Amino acid sequence: MTEVIRFIIGFFLVVGSFLTLVTAFGLIRLPDVYTRNHAASKSATLGVMCILLATFLFFYMEEGHFNSRLILGIIFIFITAPVAGHLISRAAYNSGVPLWEKSVRDDLKGKQKYEDRNM
Amino acid sequence: MLHLIFQITLLCVSISMLGLVYRVVKGPTTPDRVVALDAIGINLIAIIALVSMMLDTYAFLEVILLLGILAFIGTVAFSKFLEKGEIIERERDH
Repeated sequence: MTEVIRFIIGFFLVVGSFLTLVTAFGLIRLPDVYTRNHAASKSATLGVMCILLATFLFFYMEEGHFNSRLILGIIFIFITAPVAGHLISRAAYNSGVPLWEKSVRDDLKGKQKYEDRNM
Repeated sequence: MLHLIFQITLLCVSISMLGLVYRVVKGPTTPDRVVALDAIGINLIAIIALVSMMLDTYAFLEVILLLGILAFIGTVAFSKFLEKGEIIERERDH
């Protein structure tokens, strides 16, 4: 395993750890559910994708083991984590969680809720 | 050198999980807790990847895919419960 590959693996790990720390700070500091969801679903996804890419490079370069489950895991997380963030944000809005009090505009205000539309 | 970076990254992910646990305990509404638990599941995937690199084995890499699928199913089921009040809908009687 050459030094260049080691440097690339270390770079991806440092970027991933920085993004996971950004996730935690966002979830602690931001004011309401929607901004917290914005922080969690973006930076956590990108951080764990960087760490999994570093793991794939480590095993491929160290032992010559091409692990296809890691590739599948990266693709699956990239597809499903934003979908989960969208679903939980929509559920929060439809169950009546208020926005931050300094929010400027709310384009969905006054639209019918999900259960009213289905009746 | 690379082993030191593994340990530093594991420390960062653990601190991040502590912050998320703080949000699970304190979070004022239920969607806050669900968002934080989803992020905890994703951070757990990162911890498994790091530990399997530190132990230098690729026997645990199936767990990554499995945990990703389980976190997604759990979040979808919980958001459907919050939105509609039930997870599996019954047939509508016309």
